[in-house]
Amino acid sequence: MSIFEYNGSAVVAMVGKNCFAIASDRRLGVQLQTIATDFQRISKIHDRVFIALSGLATDVQTLYQRLVFRHKLYQLREERDMKPETFASLVSAILYEKRFGPYLCQPVIAGLGEDEKPFICTMDSIGAKELAKDFVVSGTASESLYGACEAMYKPDMEAEELFETISQALLSSVDRDCLSGWGGHVYVVTPTEIKERILKGRMD
Amino acid sequence: MDLLKVNWGRRKHSLFYYLFLASKQLFPLDLYLFSPNPFRFDQPSSSSRLFDFGRMSQAGVDVPAKGGFSFDLCKRNDMLIQKGLKAPSFLKTGTTIVGLIFKDGVILGADTRATEGPIVADKNCEKIHYMAPNIYCCGAGTAADTEAVTGIFLSNIDMVSSQLRLHRYQTGRDSRVITALTLLKKHLFSYQGHVSAALVLGGVDITGPHLHTIYPHGSTDTLPFATMGSGSLAAMSVFEAKYKEGLTRDEGIKLVAEAICSGIFNDLGSGSNVDICVITKGHKEYLRNYMEPNPRTYVSSKGYSFTKKTEVLRTKITPLMERVEITEVGEAMEE
Repeated sequence: MSIFEYNGSAVVAMVGKNCFAIASDRRLGVQLQTIATDFQRISKIHDRVFIALSGLATDVQTLYQRLVFRHKLYQLREERDMKPETFASLVSAILYEKRFGPYLCQPVIAGLGEDEKPFICTMDSIGAKELAKDFVVSGTASESLYGACEAMYKPDMEAEELFETISQALLSSVDRDCLSGWGGHVYVVTPTEIKERILKGRMD
Repeated sequence: MDLLKVNWGRRKHSLFYYLFLASKQLFPLDLYLFSPNPFRFDQPSSSSRLFDFGRMSQAGVDVPAKGGFSFDLCKRNDMLIQKGLKAPSFLKTGTTIVGLIFKDGVILGADTRATEGPIVADKNCEKIHYMAPNIYCCGAGTAADTEAVTGIFLSNIDMVSSQLRLHRYQTGRDSRVITALTLLKKHLFSYQGHVSAALVLGGVDITGPHLHTIYPHGSTDTLPFATMGSGSLAAMSVFEAKYKEGLTRDEGIKLVAEAICSGIFNDLGSGSNVDICVITKGHKEYLRNYMEPNPRTYVSSKGYSFTKKTEVLRTKITPLMERVEITEVGEAMEE
């Protein structure tokens, strides 16, 4: 079993019209046993930038704490929030620093940049950035997620339609993966509000 | 394995540095124990610090280890692997990258597919990286390594593009391709092939157009036309058949596009679109997605409509504050 399959995860982010959505599953397991059904994988860095980490849960939490720390330092020095592109470079640098003994997680970063333009990117565990204009996926269910998103995604969706699309893509993909699922957690962020929703999914 | 790349900071010549040089066959674990880490605050697990170099007063305030690699998770990862978990696989750029010298300069070409095992992770990634205004570099191999080696996001002076820029400021002259070549091969050789980046470096400087290939272990070749990556054989066959000296710009671009296309269609690790970069004396043109021979033709115009909506258990709405712009009005206070 691969290290990334120890805890199981599924994360996806999609771009809409002046908004973005980021979603994850909620299961935390130790190989085939489920330990928790409310594990928080998506974290807010600041009002406009979210990061979701898939992979080994301990590294997910450690890396999140490190990144929040670095962002707070940045806020103190620059007196403003980090732009999502800058934050992605920061995460990439922190991951590449551990090139020969990496953090065993893959981040998905989503944010609203200048002029409320949505930005998403994902990285492998050593920081190779992959910018996309439509959607990015990560986790044990990533192969199903690639397929579901390719089929369901349309450019320039409004917030409600984007929510529906990302939820359907997430729930249908985790249904085909034993290690992730047990509900869904979706954030849809527009320039005026953040909507956080917990989805009801199959609990098996 | 010669992992000498540790940031010794200002204490370059402590006694310990010489002891360390004498025992070169150290395991990375030992490297970690012996290396000074100013950011102890960040690592609660750093229990056995055998040598303290007195820089610890900076801990907790400054940015963590300035550059270089940190090996502190190696022990834990090895333990996990011993327990039977497989090591992670990294994003690779399967790739076809090519370069050729034509009458007035250099043309570089690359495909745009990034793979993670058998899955296509990125259908349109950028493999032609900027090094200097007159030098570009295509990268194949582990994506993180090619980005890091050619990039500037690590403030460590080791990264070639930033080193070249500093050199330009110091000398007041344009960078030479041979300078970039030497910096890259030094960096790659010092990591003995573990930084897995295979590069095609091309540019035009005061001495004329140059094209080089650099292998992950640090060896280099200087050639009139070159290909690297998993699709290199497919592309090389096109070059060997059709290359001649003194090509014009259009002939050169056509030949490069043909070589990349042969890689795209025949090699499974390469795909999607063709990127081309033309560098001539004093001028460069980056033709991103010059050719798109694989457009998506199966998009349904109706799109997807979901009859059964997802069930939502809880919703929480957080309104965001308006972004406040602070403008300075009036004069500054007098002392």
